Amino acid sequence: MLVLKDVCKTFNRGSANEKVALQGIDLTVKEGDFITVIGGNGAGKSTMLNMISGAFPVDSGLVKIGGENVTNQPEHVRAKRIGRVFQDPMKGTAGDMWIEENLAIAMRRGKRRSLRWGVTKDERELYKKLLAPFDLGLEDRLQTKVSLLSGGQRQALTLLMATVQKPDILLLDEHTAALDPKTAAKVLAMTDELIKEHNLTAIMVTHNMKDAIKYGNRLIMMMNGKIIYDVSGEEKAALEVSDLLKKFEVSTGEEFANDRMLLV
Amino acid sequence: MELLASILKNLPDAVSLGLVWGIMAIGVYITFKVLDIADMTVDGTFAMGGCIVASTVASGWNPIFSTLFAILCGMAAGLVTGILHTKLKIPAILAGILTMLSLYSVDLMILGGKSNIGMSQFGENRVYTILDKLAAALGTTAKTTNIITGIVLAVVIVMGLYWFFGTEQGCLIRATGINEAMVKAQGGNTDTMKIIGLIIANGFVSLSGALVSQIQRYGDVGMGTGTIVIGLASIIIGEVIFGTKCSFKVRLASVFFGSIIYRVIIAIVLLLGFNPNNLKLLTAVLVIAALSVPVIRGYIFERKRIRANMKKYEEVETDAGA
Ligand SMILES: Nc1ncnc2c1ncn2[C@@H]1O[C@H](COP(=O)(O)OP(=O)(O)O)[C@@H](O)[C@H]1O
Ligand SMILES: [Mg+2]
Repeated sequence: MLVLKDVCKTFNRGSANEKVALQGIDLTVKEGDFITVIGGNGAGKSTMLNMISGAFPVDSGLVKIGGENVTNQPEHVRAKRIGRVFQDPMKGTAGDMWIEENLAIAMRRGKRRSLRWGVTKDERELYKKLLAPFDLGLEDRLQTKVSLLSGGQRQALTLLMATVQKPDILLLDEHTAALDPKTAAKVLAMTDELIKEHNLTAIMVTHNMKDAIKYGNRLIMMMNGKIIYDVSGEEKAALEVSDLLKKFEVSTGEEFANDRMLLV
Repeated sequence: MELLASILKNLPDAVSLGLVWGIMAIGVYITFKVLDIADMTVDGTFAMGGCIVASTVASGWNPIFSTLFAILCGMAAGLVTGILHTKLKIPAILAGILTMLSLYSVDLMILGGKSNIGMSQFGENRVYTILDKLAAALGTTAKTTNIITGIVLAVVIVMGLYWFFGTEQGCLIRATGINEAMVKAQGGNTDTMKIIGLIIANGFVSLSGALVSQIQRYGDVGMGTGTIVIGLASIIIGEVIFGTKCSFKVRLASVFFGSIIYRVIIAIVLLLGFNPNNLKLLTAVLVIAALSVPVIRGYIFERKRIRANMKKYEEVETDAGA
Protein backbone atom coordinates (compact mmCIF):
# COMPACT_ATOMS: atom_id res chain seq x y z
CA MET A 1 0.00 0.00 0.00
CA LEU A 2 2.87 2.32 0.87
CA VAL A 3 6.54 2.05 0.01
CA LEU A 4 9.34 4.35 1.15
CA LYS A 5 12.71 3.64 -0.44
CA ASP A 6 15.86 5.27 0.89
CA VAL A 7 14.05 8.52 1.72
CA CYS A 8 16.42 11.26 2.92
CA LYS A 9 15.66 14.78 4.11
CA THR A 10 17.92 17.51 5.44
CA PHE A 11 16.50 20.88 6.46
CA ASN A 12 18.44 24.12 5.83
CA ARG A 13 21.20 22.28 4.02
CA GLY A 14 24.49 24.17 3.97
CA SER A 15 23.48 26.69 6.64
CA ALA A 16 24.43 26.84 10.30
CA ASN A 17 21.04 25.33 11.23
CA GLU A 18 21.47 22.31 9.01
CA LYS A 19 19.32 19.51 10.42
CA VAL A 20 19.44 15.99 9.13
CA ALA A 21 15.86 14.80 9.68
CA LEU A 22 15.74 11.52 7.76
CA GLN A 23 18.67 9.40 6.63
CA GLY A 24 17.57 6.59 4.40
CA ILE A 25 14.12 5.45 5.47
CA ASP A 26 13.01 2.12 4.00
CA LEU A 27 9.49 1.07 4.85
CA THR A 28 6.91 -1.15 3.22
CA VAL A 29 3.39 -0.97 4.58
CA LYS A 30 0.95 -3.73 3.66
CA GLU A 31 -2.73 -3.13 3.12
CA GLY A 32 -4.54 -3.19 6.47
CA ASP A 33 -1.39 -2.56 8.51
CA PHE A 34 -1.83 -0.34 11.55
CA ILE A 35 1.64 0.85 12.48
CA THR A 36 2.48 2.76 15.63
CA VAL A 37 5.62 4.91 15.57
CA ILE A 38 7.63 5.93 18.63
CA GLY A 39 10.92 7.79 19.07
CA GLY A 40 12.43 10.71 20.91
CA ASN A 41 11.93 14.36 20.15
CA GLY A 42 13.39 15.24 16.78
CA ALA A 43 13.77 11.60 15.73
CA GLY A 44 12.13 12.40 12.40
CA LYS A 45 8.67 10.92 12.97
CA SER A 46 6.76 13.98 11.77
CA THR A 47 9.16 14.48 8.89
CA MET A 48 8.55 10.91 7.73
CA LEU A 49 4.79 11.55 7.66
CA ASN A 50 5.40 14.86 5.87
CA MET A 51 7.40 13.04 3.19
CA ILE A 52 4.47 10.68 2.67
CA SER A 53 1.89 13.50 2.53
CA GLY A 54 4.10 15.72 0.39
CA ALA A 55 4.11 18.68 2.78
CA PHE A 56 7.83 18.94 1.92
CA PRO A 57 9.60 17.35 -1.04
CA VAL A 58 12.10 14.55 -0.39
CA ASP A 59 15.79 15.25 -0.99
CA SER A 60 16.23 11.78 -2.44
CA GLY A 61 14.43 8.48 -2.41
CA LEU A 62 11.10 7.15 -3.57
CA VAL A 63 7.54 7.34 -2.22
CA LYS A 64 4.86 5.03 -3.61
CA ILE A 65 1.26 4.92 -2.45
CA GLY A 66 -1.17 2.30 -3.72
CA GLY A 67 1.27 1.34 -6.44
CA GLU A 68 1.64 4.88 -7.79
CA ASN A 69 4.89 6.79 -7.62
CA VAL A 70 3.91 10.01 -5.84
CA THR A 71 7.43 11.23 -5.05
CA ASN A 72 7.06 14.36 -7.16
CA GLN A 73 3.33 14.86 -6.76
CA PRO A 74 2.31 18.07 -4.98
CA GLU A 75 0.64 17.75 -1.59
CA HIS A 76 -2.89 18.60 -2.75
CA VAL A 77 -2.76 16.07 -5.60
CA ARG A 78 -1.70 13.09 -3.54
CA ALA A 79 -4.14 14.16 -0.81
CA LYS A 80 -6.77 12.08 -2.61
CA ARG A 81 -5.00 8.97 -1.30
CA ILE A 82 -4.23 10.25 2.19
CA GLY A 83 -6.20 11.01 5.32
CA ARG A 84 -4.44 13.15 7.89
CA VAL A 85 -4.95 14.19 11.50
CA PHE A 86 -2.45 16.64 12.97
CA GLN A 87 -1.24 17.17 16.51
CA ASP A 88 -2.78 20.65 16.61
CA PRO A 89 -6.59 20.32 16.77
CA MET A 90 -6.86 23.72 14.98
CA LYS A 91 -4.93 22.53 11.95
CA GLY A 92 -7.31 19.92 10.57
CA THR A 93 -10.50 21.99 10.36
CA ALA A 94 -11.62 25.43 9.17
CA GLY A 95 -12.75 27.08 12.40
CA ASP A 96 -14.87 29.80 10.86
CA MET A 97 -17.00 27.33 8.89
CA TRP A 98 -19.81 25.01 9.90
CA ILE A 99 -19.31 21.37 10.86
CA GLU A 100 -21.23 20.25 7.77
CA GLU A 101 -19.19 22.52 5.48
CA ASN A 102 -15.97 21.04 6.83
CA LEU A 103 -17.28 17.53 6.32
CA ALA A 104 -18.52 18.39 2.82
CA ILE A 105 -15.06 19.64 1.85
CA ALA A 106 -13.59 16.37 3.13
CA MET A 107 -16.28 14.36 1.35
CA ARG A 108 -14.99 15.79 -1.94
CA ARG A 109 -11.33 14.99 -1.34
CA GLY A 110 -9.84 13.81 -4.60
CA LYS A 111 -12.90 14.87 -6.59
CA ARG A 112 -13.33 17.84 -8.90
CA ARG A 113 -15.00 20.75 -7.11
CA SER A 114 -17.87 21.97 -9.24
CA LEU A 115 -20.33 24.84 -8.98
CA ARG A 116 -22.93 22.59 -7.44
CA TRP A 117 -24.15 23.53 -3.99
CA GLY A 118 -21.49 22.74 -1.37
CA VAL A 119 -23.60 20.64 1.01
CA THR A 120 -26.57 18.56 -0.16
CA LYS A 121 -29.54 17.37 1.87
CA ASP A 122 -28.65 13.68 1.51
CA GLU A 123 -25.17 14.40 2.75
CA ARG A 124 -26.53 16.07 5.83
CA GLU A 125 -28.34 12.86 6.77
CA LEU A 126 -25.16 10.89 6.18
CA TYR A 127 -23.13 13.23 8.39
CA LYS A 128 -25.66 12.90 11.18
CA LYS A 129 -25.35 9.14 10.96
CA LEU A 130 -21.56 9.26 10.93
CA LEU A 131 -21.29 11.69 13.85
CA ALA A 132 -23.79 9.97 16.11
CA PRO A 133 -21.53 7.08 17.23
CA PHE A 134 -18.96 9.59 18.54
CA ASP A 135 -21.49 10.45 21.23
CA LEU A 136 -20.42 14.11 21.32
CA GLY A 137 -23.75 15.60 20.34
CA LEU A 138 -22.24 16.93 17.11
CA GLU A 139 -24.92 15.28 14.98
CA ASP A 140 -27.40 17.91 16.16
CA ARG A 141 -25.01 20.80 15.59
CA LEU A 142 -24.20 20.48 11.89
CA GLN A 143 -24.59 24.22 11.39
CA THR A 144 -22.36 25.19 14.30
CA LYS A 145 -19.04 26.86 13.63
CA VAL A 146 -16.16 24.51 14.31
CA SER A 147 -14.37 27.24 16.29
CA LEU A 148 -16.97 26.76 19.03
CA LEU A 149 -15.96 23.12 19.55
CA SER A 150 -13.47 21.82 22.13
CA GLY A 151 -10.09 20.42 21.09
CA GLY A 152 -11.33 16.87 21.51
CA GLN A 153 -14.44 17.51 19.44
CA ARG A 154 -12.36 19.13 16.71
CA GLN A 155 -9.99 16.19 16.66
CA ALA A 156 -12.91 13.75 16.43
CA LEU A 157 -14.28 15.78 13.53
CA THR A 158 -10.87 15.84 11.82
CA LEU A 159 -10.69 12.08 12.24
CA LEU A 160 -14.04 11.70 10.52
CA MET A 161 -12.95 14.11 7.79
CA ALA A 162 -9.79 12.08 7.21
CA THR A 163 -11.74 8.86 6.76
CA VAL A 164 -15.09 9.89 5.23
CA GLN A 165 -13.49 9.23 1.84
CA LYS A 166 -11.63 5.99 2.47
CA PRO A 167 -7.92 6.88 2.19
CA ASP A 168 -5.23 4.50 0.97
CA ILE A 169 -3.35 5.50 4.05
CA LEU A 170 -4.28 7.33 7.25
CA LEU A 171 -1.53 9.43 8.87
CA LEU A 172 -1.92 10.35 12.54
CA ASP A 173 0.79 12.56 14.03
CA GLU A 174 0.45 12.57 17.83
CA HIS A 175 -3.16 13.48 17.23
CA THR A 176 -4.11 13.06 20.89
CA ALA A 177 -1.07 14.79 22.41
CA ALA A 178 -2.80 18.15 22.82
CA LEU A 179 -5.84 16.69 24.57
CA ASP A 180 -6.45 15.99 28.24
CA PRO A 181 -5.85 12.31 29.18
CA LYS A 182 -9.51 11.34 29.31
CA THR A 183 -10.37 12.93 25.95
CA ALA A 184 -7.16 11.56 24.47
CA ALA A 185 -8.14 8.03 25.46
CA LYS A 186 -11.59 8.51 23.94
CA VAL A 187 -10.28 9.87 20.64
CA LEU A 188 -7.73 7.06 20.49
CA ALA A 189 -10.44 4.45 21.02
CA MET A 190 -12.48 6.07 18.24
CA THR A 191 -9.45 6.00 15.99
CA ASP A 192 -8.96 2.31 16.60
CA GLU A 193 -12.62 1.61 15.94
CA LEU A 194 -12.66 3.55 12.67
CA ILE A 195 -9.52 1.81 11.47
CA LYS A 196 -10.98 -1.61 12.27
CA GLU A 197 -14.41 -0.83 10.88
CA HIS A 198 -13.16 0.38 7.51
CA ASN A 199 -10.10 -1.87 7.47
CA LEU A 200 -7.84 1.17 6.99
CA THR A 201 -4.10 1.20 6.55
CA ALA A 202 -2.69 3.60 9.13
CA ILE A 203 0.50 5.04 10.60
CA MET A 204 0.13 6.56 14.06
CA VAL A 205 2.89 8.52 15.77
CA THR A 206 2.57 8.54 19.55
CA HIS A 207 4.82 9.39 22.46
CA ASN A 208 2.95 7.02 24.73
CA MET A 209 4.64 3.59 24.70
CA LYS A 210 1.66 1.86 26.27
CA ASP A 211 -0.58 3.08 23.46
CA ALA A 212 2.05 2.13 20.90
CA ILE A 213 1.95 -1.40 22.22
CA LYS A 214 -1.79 -1.58 22.79
CA TYR A 215 -2.82 -0.44 19.31
CA GLY A 216 -1.90 -1.68 15.87
CA ASN A 217 -0.25 -4.77 14.50
CA ARG A 218 3.21 -3.35 13.93
CA LEU A 219 5.52 -1.02 15.86
CA ILE A 220 8.41 1.12 14.60
CA MET A 221 10.97 2.93 16.69
CA MET A 222 12.87 5.84 15.16
CA MET A 223 16.03 7.62 16.18
CA ASN A 224 18.19 10.21 14.42
CA GLY A 225 16.21 9.93 11.23
CA LYS A 226 16.45 6.15 11.02
CA ILE A 227 14.15 3.25 11.77
CA ILE A 228 16.00 1.34 14.48
CA TYR A 229 13.37 -1.21 15.43
CA ASP A 230 10.48 -2.76 13.56
CA VAL A 231 8.29 -5.51 15.04
CA SER A 232 4.96 -6.95 14.06
CA GLY A 233 2.55 -9.80 14.69
CA GLU A 234 3.03 -12.06 17.71
CA GLU A 235 6.28 -10.44 18.70
CA LYS A 236 4.66 -7.00 18.77
CA ALA A 237 1.68 -8.31 20.73
CA ALA A 238 4.01 -9.71 23.39
CA LEU A 239 5.97 -6.45 23.82
CA GLU A 240 6.27 -4.78 27.20
CA VAL A 241 7.20 -1.19 27.90
CA SER A 242 10.39 -2.40 29.54
CA ASP A 243 11.37 -4.13 26.29
CA LEU A 244 11.07 -0.85 24.42
CA LEU A 245 13.10 1.00 27.04
CA LYS A 246 15.82 -1.63 26.86
CA LYS A 247 15.82 -1.43 23.10
CA PHE A 248 16.22 2.29 23.33
CA GLU A 249 19.14 2.07 25.76
CA VAL A 250 20.96 -0.44 23.60
CA SER A 251 20.63 1.83 20.58
CA THR A 252 21.79 4.99 22.30
CA GLY A 253 24.17 3.41 24.75
CA GLU A 254 22.79 5.65 27.44
CA GLU A 255 20.08 5.68 30.05
CA PHE A 256 16.68 6.51 28.76
CA ALA A 257 16.16 10.09 29.77
CA ASN A 258 13.60 11.58 27.46
CA ASP A 259 10.70 12.63 29.66
CA ARG A 260 8.38 12.95 26.71
CA MET A 261 8.67 9.25 26.07
CA LEU A 262 7.97 8.23 29.62
CA LEU A 263 4.78 6.28 30.09
CA VAL A 264 1.71 8.18 31.05
CA MET B 1 -32.64 73.55 9.35
CA GLU B 2 -31.13 74.78 6.17
CA LEU B 3 -28.35 72.23 6.66
CA LEU B 4 -30.85 69.43 7.16
CA ALA B 5 -32.63 70.42 4.00
CA SER B 6 -29.46 70.38 1.96
CA ILE B 7 -28.47 67.04 3.48
CA LEU B 8 -31.82 65.60 2.42
CA LYS B 9 -31.36 67.11 -0.99
CA ASN B 10 -27.98 65.40 -1.33
CA LEU B 11 -29.13 62.09 0.10
CA PRO B 12 -30.22 60.41 -3.18
CA ASP B 13 -26.87 61.15 -4.79
CA ALA B 14 -25.00 59.88 -1.73
CA VAL B 15 -27.06 56.67 -1.79
CA SER B 16 -26.55 55.92 -5.47
CA LEU B 17 -22.84 56.78 -5.18
CA GLY B 18 -22.61 54.54 -2.10
CA LEU B 19 -24.16 51.65 -4.00
CA VAL B 20 -21.66 52.02 -6.86
CA TRP B 21 -18.65 52.35 -4.53
CA GLY B 22 -20.08 49.42 -2.58
CA ILE B 23 -19.26 47.17 -5.54
CA MET B 24 -15.60 48.07 -4.96
CA ALA B 25 -15.98 47.45 -1.22
CA ILE B 26 -17.37 44.00 -2.00
CA GLY B 27 -14.18 43.30 -3.94
CA VAL B 28 -12.11 44.36 -0.94
CA TYR B 29 -14.32 42.19 1.27
CA ILE B 30 -13.54 39.12 -0.86
CA THR B 31 -9.79 39.55 -0.58
CA PHE B 32 -9.50 41.09 2.88
CA LYS B 33 -12.17 39.16 4.76
CA VAL B 34 -12.74 35.95 2.82
CA LEU B 35 -9.20 35.27 1.58
CA ASP B 36 -7.43 37.11 4.41
CA ILE B 37 -5.18 38.93 1.92
CA ALA B 38 -4.59 42.69 1.98
CA ASP B 39 -4.78 43.22 -1.78
CA MET B 40 -3.31 46.58 -2.74
CA THR B 41 -4.04 45.93 -6.42
CA VAL B 42 -7.47 47.52 -5.98
CA ASP B 43 -6.11 51.08 -5.95
CA GLY B 44 -4.76 50.46 -9.44
CA THR B 45 -7.70 48.38 -10.64
CA PHE B 46 -10.24 51.01 -9.66
CA ALA B 47 -8.43 53.73 -11.60
CA MET B 48 -7.92 51.38 -14.52
CA GLY B 49 -11.65 50.65 -14.70
CA GLY B 50 -12.31 54.39 -14.84
CA CYS B 51 -9.61 55.12 -17.39
CA ILE B 52 -10.63 52.28 -19.70
CA VAL B 53 -14.20 53.48 -19.79
CA ALA B 54 -13.21 57.13 -20.28
CA SER B 55 -10.88 56.37 -23.15
CA THR B 56 -12.98 53.74 -24.94
CA VAL B 57 -16.20 55.71 -24.61
CA ALA B 58 -14.34 58.77 -25.90
CA SER B 59 -13.34 56.76 -28.94
CA GLY B 60 -16.94 55.86 -29.59
CA TRP B 61 -17.47 52.48 -27.89
CA ASN B 62 -20.85 51.49 -26.59
CA PRO B 63 -20.63 52.32 -22.85
CA ILE B 64 -21.96 48.89 -21.90
CA PHE B 65 -19.18 47.20 -23.87
CA SER B 66 -16.67 49.58 -22.32
CA THR B 67 -17.86 48.65 -18.87
CA LEU B 68 -17.70 44.91 -19.60
CA PHE B 69 -14.22 45.36 -21.06
CA ALA B 70 -13.17 47.20 -17.89
CA ILE B 71 -14.37 44.24 -15.81
CA LEU B 72 -12.29 41.83 -17.88
CA CYS B 73 -9.18 43.99 -17.55
CA GLY B 74 -9.72 44.22 -13.80
CA MET B 75 -9.90 40.44 -13.61
CA ALA B 76 -6.65 40.25 -15.55
CA ALA B 77 -5.02 42.57 -12.99
CA GLY B 78 -6.21 40.23 -10.22
CA LEU B 79 -4.73 37.31 -12.13
CA VAL B 80 -1.35 39.07 -12.34
CA THR B 81 -1.28 39.76 -8.58
CA GLY B 82 -2.39 36.18 -7.93
CA ILE B 83 0.44 34.74 -10.00
CA LEU B 84 3.01 37.08 -8.45
CA HIS B 85 1.87 36.04 -5.00
CA THR B 86 1.30 32.30 -5.38
CA LYS B 87 3.68 31.21 -8.11
CA LEU B 88 6.53 33.67 -7.58
CA LYS B 89 6.05 33.65 -3.78
CA ILE B 90 6.04 37.45 -3.51
CA PRO B 91 4.31 38.52 -0.26
CA ALA B 92 0.68 39.41 -0.98
CA ILE B 93 0.97 43.09 -0.06
CA LEU B 94 4.05 43.62 -2.20
CA ALA B 95 2.52 41.67 -5.10
CA GLY B 96 -0.48 43.98 -4.99
CA ILE B 97 1.67 47.10 -4.78
CA LEU B 98 3.73 45.97 -7.78
CA THR B 99 0.63 45.42 -9.90
CA MET B 100 -0.85 48.70 -8.70
CA LEU B 101 2.33 50.55 -9.67
CA SER B 102 2.41 48.93 -13.10
CA LEU B 103 -1.21 49.82 -13.65
CA TYR B 104 -0.38 53.50 -13.20
CA SER B 105 1.73 53.36 -16.36
CA VAL B 106 -0.89 51.23 -18.08
CA ASP B 107 -3.53 53.85 -17.24
CA LEU B 108 -1.38 56.60 -18.75
CA MET B 109 -1.09 54.49 -21.89
CA ILE B 110 -4.84 53.92 -21.95
CA LEU B 111 -5.44 57.66 -21.70
CA GLY B 112 -2.93 58.27 -24.48
CA GLY B 113 -0.36 59.95 -22.28
CA LYS B 114 -2.79 62.32 -20.60
CA SER B 115 -3.52 62.04 -16.92
CA ASN B 116 -7.27 62.37 -17.35
CA ILE B 117 -10.03 62.41 -19.92
CA GLY B 118 -13.34 64.16 -19.52
CA MET B 119 -16.32 62.38 -20.98
CA SER B 120 -18.56 65.39 -21.21
CA GLN B 121 -16.97 66.52 -24.43
CA PHE B 122 -17.89 63.21 -26.03
CA GLY B 123 -21.59 63.62 -25.73
CA GLU B 124 -23.94 61.83 -23.45
CA ASN B 125 -22.52 58.42 -24.15
CA ARG B 126 -22.63 56.77 -20.73
CA VAL B 127 -24.39 53.85 -19.08
CA TYR B 128 -26.13 56.53 -17.07
CA THR B 129 -27.50 58.30 -20.14
CA ILE B 130 -29.14 55.03 -21.05
CA LEU B 131 -30.63 55.00 -17.57
CA ASP B 132 -31.72 58.62 -17.95
CA LYS B 133 -33.58 57.74 -21.13
CA LEU B 134 -35.16 54.82 -19.30
CA ALA B 135 -36.21 57.18 -16.55
CA ALA B 136 -37.77 59.55 -19.04
CA ALA B 137 -39.66 56.69 -20.66
CA LEU B 138 -40.93 55.47 -17.29
CA GLY B 139 -41.77 58.97 -16.18
CA THR B 140 -39.48 58.92 -13.14
CA THR B 141 -36.45 61.02 -12.39
CA ALA B 142 -32.89 60.07 -13.23
CA LYS B 143 -32.09 60.03 -9.52
CA THR B 144 -34.71 57.37 -8.86
CA THR B 145 -33.55 55.13 -11.69
CA ASN B 146 -29.93 55.49 -10.57
CA ILE B 147 -30.82 54.36 -7.07
CA ILE B 148 -33.06 51.54 -8.28
CA THR B 149 -30.39 50.33 -10.72
CA GLY B 150 -27.83 50.50 -7.93
CA ILE B 151 -30.04 48.48 -5.62
CA VAL B 152 -30.77 45.89 -8.31
CA LEU B 153 -27.06 45.57 -9.04
CA ALA B 154 -26.24 45.27 -5.33
CA VAL B 155 -28.89 42.59 -4.77
CA VAL B 156 -27.72 40.62 -7.81
CA ILE B 157 -24.11 40.81 -6.61
CA VAL B 158 -24.97 39.81 -3.02
CA MET B 159 -27.12 36.88 -4.16
CA GLY B 160 -24.56 35.85 -6.78
CA LEU B 161 -21.70 35.85 -4.30
CA TYR B 162 -23.80 34.10 -1.68
CA TRP B 163 -24.47 31.39 -4.22
CA PHE B 164 -20.86 31.18 -5.40
CA PHE B 165 -19.35 30.95 -1.95
CA GLY B 166 -21.88 28.25 -1.11
CA THR B 167 -20.80 26.01 -4.00
CA GLU B 168 -18.17 23.29 -3.70
CA GLN B 169 -15.62 25.58 -5.31
CA GLY B 170 -16.64 28.60 -3.24
CA CYS B 171 -16.51 26.66 0.04
CA LEU B 172 -12.93 25.74 -0.75
CA ILE B 173 -12.01 29.39 -1.39
CA ARG B 174 -13.50 30.36 1.97
CA ALA B 175 -11.63 27.53 3.69
CA THR B 176 -8.39 28.72 2.05
CA GLY B 177 -8.76 32.07 3.80
CA ILE B 178 -9.24 30.31 7.13
CA ASN B 179 -6.87 27.33 7.13
CA GLU B 180 -4.58 26.53 4.22
CA ALA B 181 -3.19 23.37 5.82
CA MET B 182 -6.69 21.93 6.00
CA VAL B 183 -7.45 22.75 2.37
CA LYS B 184 -4.24 21.13 1.17
CA ALA B 185 -4.90 18.05 3.28
CA GLN B 186 -8.34 17.82 1.67
CA GLY B 187 -6.91 17.98 -1.82
CA GLY B 188 -7.53 21.65 -2.57
CA ASN B 189 -5.05 23.76 -4.54
CA THR B 190 -4.72 26.85 -2.34
CA ASP B 191 -2.82 28.76 -5.04
CA THR B 192 -5.69 28.34 -7.47
CA MET B 193 -8.22 29.34 -4.81
CA LYS B 194 -6.36 32.57 -4.07
CA ILE B 195 -6.00 33.38 -7.76
CA ILE B 196 -9.73 32.85 -8.38
CA GLY B 197 -10.57 35.05 -5.40
CA LEU B 198 -8.26 37.84 -6.58
CA ILE B 199 -9.68 37.66 -10.11
CA ILE B 200 -13.28 37.98 -8.92
CA ALA B 201 -12.45 40.73 -6.43
CA ASN B 202 -10.62 42.88 -8.95
CA GLY B 203 -13.36 42.37 -11.52
CA PHE B 204 -15.77 43.99 -9.07
CA VAL B 205 -13.34 46.79 -8.22
CA SER B 206 -12.84 47.60 -11.89
CA LEU B 207 -16.60 47.60 -12.50
CA SER B 208 -16.99 50.04 -9.65
CA GLY B 209 -14.29 52.32 -11.07
CA ALA B 210 -15.91 52.12 -14.50
CA LEU B 211 -19.29 53.22 -13.13
CA VAL B 212 -17.85 55.93 -10.91
CA SER B 213 -16.01 57.49 -13.83
CA GLN B 214 -19.27 57.56 -15.77
CA ILE B 215 -20.99 59.33 -12.90
CA GLN B 216 -18.15 61.83 -12.59
CA ARG B 217 -17.89 62.10 -16.38
CA TYR B 218 -14.14 61.69 -16.38
CA GLY B 219 -11.44 59.14 -15.84
CA ASP B 220 -8.25 60.05 -14.00
CA VAL B 221 -5.05 58.06 -13.38
CA GLY B 222 -5.15 59.22 -9.77
CA MET B 223 -8.76 58.33 -9.05
CA GLY B 224 -7.83 55.06 -7.33
CA THR B 225 -5.66 56.48 -4.56
CA GLY B 226 -6.86 55.18 -1.21
CA THR B 227 -9.50 52.90 -2.73
CA ILE B 228 -8.60 50.02 -0.43
CA VAL B 229 -8.97 52.25 2.64
CA ILE B 230 -12.40 53.43 1.50
CA GLY B 231 -13.32 49.77 0.98
CA LEU B 232 -12.14 48.91 4.48
CA ALA B 233 -14.02 51.86 5.93
CA SER B 234 -17.22 50.62 4.28
CA ILE B 235 -16.68 47.08 5.58
CA ILE B 236 -15.99 48.37 9.09
CA ILE B 237 -19.03 50.66 9.14
CA GLY B 238 -21.12 47.68 7.99
CA GLU B 239 -19.68 45.56 10.78
CA VAL B 240 -20.37 48.23 13.38
CA ILE B 241 -24.02 48.29 12.35
CA PHE B 242 -24.73 44.63 11.67
CA GLY B 243 -22.08 42.96 13.85
CA THR B 244 -19.87 40.11 12.72
CA LYS B 245 -22.05 37.24 13.86
CA CYS B 246 -24.78 37.44 11.22
CA SER B 247 -25.10 35.18 8.20
CA PHE B 248 -22.90 35.49 5.15
CA LYS B 249 -25.70 37.00 3.07
CA VAL B 250 -26.25 39.76 5.61
CA ARG B 251 -22.52 40.37 5.90
CA LEU B 252 -22.27 40.89 2.14
CA ALA B 253 -25.25 43.24 2.20
CA SER B 254 -23.77 45.09 5.17
CA VAL B 255 -20.80 46.07 2.99
CA PHE B 256 -23.18 47.97 0.69
CA PHE B 257 -24.91 49.59 3.65
CA GLY B 258 -21.51 50.54 5.04
CA SER B 259 -20.56 52.09 1.72
CA ILE B 260 -23.78 54.10 1.56
CA ILE B 261 -23.34 55.37 5.10
CA TYR B 262 -19.75 56.29 4.32
CA ARG B 263 -20.96 58.43 1.39
CA VAL B 264 -23.63 60.04 3.56
CA ILE B 265 -21.03 60.86 6.22
CA ILE B 266 -18.78 62.38 3.54
CA ALA B 267 -21.68 64.41 2.15
CA ILE B 268 -22.55 65.75 5.60
CA VAL B 269 -18.95 66.57 6.44
CA LEU B 270 -18.58 68.46 3.17
CA LEU B 271 -21.81 70.37 3.77
CA LEU B 272 -20.46 71.35 7.17
CA GLY B 273 -17.65 73.10 5.34
CA PHE B 274 -14.93 70.46 5.64
CA ASN B 275 -12.08 70.98 3.21
CA PRO B 276 -12.41 68.21 0.54
CA ASN B 277 -8.62 67.98 0.42
CA ASN B 278 -8.70 66.44 3.90
CA LEU B 279 -11.20 63.69 3.06
CA LYS B 280 -8.58 60.99 2.62
CA LEU B 281 -7.06 61.89 5.97
CA LEU B 282 -10.49 61.69 7.56
CA THR B 283 -11.12 58.27 5.99
CA ALA B 284 -7.76 56.96 7.18
CA VAL B 285 -8.42 58.21 10.71
CA LEU B 286 -11.84 56.56 10.64
CA VAL B 287 -10.32 53.20 9.69
CA ILE B 288 -7.51 53.54 12.22
CA ALA B 289 -10.02 54.37 14.95
CA ALA B 290 -12.20 51.39 14.07
CA LEU B 291 -9.25 48.99 13.89
CA SER B 292 -7.83 50.20 17.19
CA VAL B 293 -11.02 49.85 19.24
CA PRO B 294 -10.51 46.17 20.13
CA VAL B 295 -6.81 46.77 20.86
CA ILE B 296 -7.51 49.70 23.15
CA ARG B 297 -10.24 47.72 24.85
CA GLY B 298 -7.64 45.00 25.42
CA TYR B 299 -5.19 47.49 26.97
CA ILE B 300 -7.83 48.81 29.34
CA PHE B 301 -8.81 45.30 30.36
CA GLU B 302 -5.17 44.37 30.92
CA ARG B 303 -4.53 47.49 33.05
CA LYS B 304 -7.53 46.69 35.21
CA ARG B 305 -6.36 43.13 35.68
CA ILE B 306 -2.84 44.22 36.65
CA ARG B 307 -4.14 46.79 39.09
CA ALA B 308 -6.56 44.34 40.69
CA ASN B 309 -3.80 41.77 41.00
CA MET B 310 -1.31 44.24 42.58
CA LYS B 311 -3.92 45.58 44.93
CA LYS B 312 -4.20 42.16 46.54
CA TYR B 313 -0.51 42.20 47.40
CA GLU B 314 -0.48 45.81 48.61
CA GLU B 315 -3.05 44.81 51.19
CA VAL B 316 -1.00 41.83 52.25
CA GLU B 317 2.10 44.00 52.65
CA THR B 318 0.36 46.65 54.73
CA ASP B 319 -1.10 43.89 56.86
CA ALA B 320 2.37 42.51 57.46
CA GLY B 321 3.75 45.99 58.17
CA ALA B 322 1.07 46.58 60.76
N1 LIG C 1 10.24 22.66 8.69
C1 LIG C 1 11.42 22.39 9.29
N2 LIG C 1 12.46 23.25 9.14
C2 LIG C 1 13.63 23.00 9.74
N3 LIG C 1 13.90 21.92 10.49
C3 LIG C 1 12.91 21.03 10.67
C4 LIG C 1 11.62 21.21 10.09
N4 LIG C 1 10.84 20.17 10.43
C5 LIG C 1 11.61 19.37 11.20
N5 LIG C 1 12.85 19.86 11.35
C6 LIG C 1 13.95 19.25 12.09
O1 LIG C 1 14.07 17.91 11.68
C7 LIG C 1 14.30 17.05 12.79
C8 LIG C 1 13.19 16.02 12.88
O2 LIG C 1 11.99 16.69 13.27
P1 LIG C 1 10.60 15.95 13.42
O3 LIG C 1 10.40 15.06 12.25
O4 LIG C 1 9.59 16.99 13.65
O5 LIG C 1 10.81 15.09 14.72
P2 LIG C 1 9.73 14.32 15.61
O6 LIG C 1 8.40 14.47 15.00
O7 LIG C 1 10.22 12.91 15.64
O8 LIG C 1 9.81 14.93 16.96
C9 LIG C 1 14.36 17.93 14.01
O9 LIG C 1 15.73 18.17 14.29
C10 LIG C 1 13.68 19.21 13.58
O10 LIG C 1 14.24 20.31 14.24
MG1 LIG D 1 6.59 15.41 15.69
